[in-house]
Amino acid sequence: MPNNAPATEVGAAYSRAVVQIGVSSRNRKRVRLEERLVRAFLFLCALLGVLTTLAIVFILFTESLSFFERVSVVEFLTGTVWTPTFANKSFGVLPLVTGTLLTSLIAMLVAGPVGLLTAVYLSEYASPRVRRVVKPTLEVLAGVPTVVYGYFALTFLTPLLQRFIPGLEGFNALSAGLVMGIMILPTIASLSEDALYAVPNSLRYASLALGATRFQTVWGVVVPAAMSGVSASFLLGVSRAVGETMIVAIAAGQQPNFTFNPLRAVETMTAYIVRITMGDTPHGSLEYRTIFAVGLLLFLITLVLNLASEAIRQRYKGARV
Amino acid sequence: MIQVVSRPEWRAREYRREQIFQLVGALIVLFALTTLVVLLTKILLDGFARLNPEFFTSFPSRRASQAGVLPALVGSAYLLLLTAAIAIPVGVGAAIYLEEFAKRNWFTRVVEINITNLAGVPSVIYGLLGLQVFVRTLHMERSLLAGACTMALLALPVIITAAREGLRTVPKSLRYGSLALGATQWQTVRYTVLPVAMPSILTGVILALSRVVGETAPLLVVGAVVYISKLPDSLFSSFTVLPVQIYNWTTRPQHAFQENAAAGIIVLLALLLTMNALAIYLRNRYQKRLPI
Repeated sequence: MPNNAPATEVGAAYSRAVVQIGVSSRNRKRVRLEERLVRAFLFLCALLGVLTTLAIVFILFTESLSFFERVSVVEFLTGTVWTPTFANKSFGVLPLVTGTLLTSLIAMLVAGPVGLLTAVYLSEYASPRVRRVVKPTLEVLAGVPTVVYGYFALTFLTPLLQRFIPGLEGFNALSAGLVMGIMILPTIASLSEDALYAVPNSLRYASLALGATRFQTVWGVVVPAAMSGVSASFLLGVSRAVGETMIVAIAAGQQPNFTFNPLRAVETMTAYIVRITMGDTPHGSLEYRTIFAVGLLLFLITLVLNLASEAIRQRYKGARV
Repeated sequence: MIQVVSRPEWRAREYRREQIFQLVGALIVLFALTTLVVLLTKILLDGFARLNPEFFTSFPSRRASQAGVLPALVGSAYLLLLTAAIAIPVGVGAAIYLEEFAKRNWFTRVVEINITNLAGVPSVIYGLLGLQVFVRTLHMERSLLAGACTMALLALPVIITAAREGLRTVPKSLRYGSLALGATQWQTVRYTVLPVAMPSILTGVILALSRVVGETAPLLVVGAVVYISKLPDSLFSSFTVLPVQIYNWTTRPQHAFQENAAAGIIVLLALLLTMNALAIYLRNRYQKRLPI
């Protein structure tokens, strides 16, 4: 026994348990009742997760349904003007969708390559000392609240970029997207690294034995072998970018412009939901219901991305070389 | 594809490529480090001057120099405690059920897939859920309790996953020992498994809760108020939290308020750092004491 303390601790726990197990039939009944009650309670706890999902789906669908009674689905999905709060109302969600796509795309252009290169470097090149510095750094970056990233994008990156890019608006998709890329970088880096790490060494040795250099081995053998895990991490990254709220609400501006110009202000689906719930839109009005329709669309997009990511990961788990 | 290198000029090219990639990799890694350093420096420079005692004891104000984080700090603390009180029993309970009691059948699989998916739902959607269920249907209004219930649902998938990992560190032999002595399954969990698994469960739970402290979007949706004139004194009081206060100050056009936001961020990061340090301390302290 390496250490005595836990053994006595566990021993004491046993004797408590043994004392509890009575011999009398009354006691036994009590124990059995307790067992059943506890089991029921624990079951309910596990059930709560399912109920949460059902509640989310139910609420989004019912509220959206009463929205779509007034506004047709086609108008919602194909319209390019989004002005639910104006006197002249128009309910085309595309500006919000392009806003979301634009910021997510910029984020992925940063987080994709940088995340993959970080993963490759950490898994194939870095010395243990470098890993000991970089891994905690990534963990800290992952733990920074998004409102802090939003502040950083608005007060640091935008003024900095404005020196180099003359036409950059004070609120813009570019700096929000770039900072969002930094936010999802740790997710992509650490999941991709796991995938690279899972590639068996025999593949590396075989490639090196054939005379390939390390560079060739990494990019010709290891990365392709880990491709499914890497793409799963990318999909998860996109899903997080699409669902991210605070960075875009702070730094991208809250104007639903139908544009793919990264220098302009845009509004994402998430930022719109925040703007409406913070304003004094009357509950039950048509404008109020728009947040649920937008929420439903957002929910479905992230759900598809998450399911695809999970499916790829499952397949890759099964097909270990 | 792999090219077998034989000619000397190819070999030289491959060597150069290798060198270049080493350099690129190092630069990329530096990128993450630099970003973090720049981010922290910027915030410290902006906000450090505002960190005086009055900042911690004042209410928000129209004048930036007199505004403080007191209600936000108190609100964050209350919200954290309340969320923990709701989410920990339920989350650990669900984990115990899945790890110790559930049979491998379709229902368990549905629950598991469901938890994975819930973890990927954007937090602002939880806000909509809370708004409709707690604020409207259950008439909690824009209260501390509604906020805590919403955050508990948000934290639940993370807590369940963390607690399951904690339970899995307990060796099977301990369970068999307890069961062989005649203990029921719940007695085994209660007196044998939980005491051993507790430190690693706690570590995971603290990390999950530290996300709750930094979360903004769902609370904006559920209705944390931005301007508050008294501290919350009951479950049904209106409230604000640090991230919401920071958001509000950040979005004001005046520069002085952005200094307040930076100072608020320093307080928030210090709080998060403390929680993480506590989690790491617990992990290191108890890790060695795991038997067998």
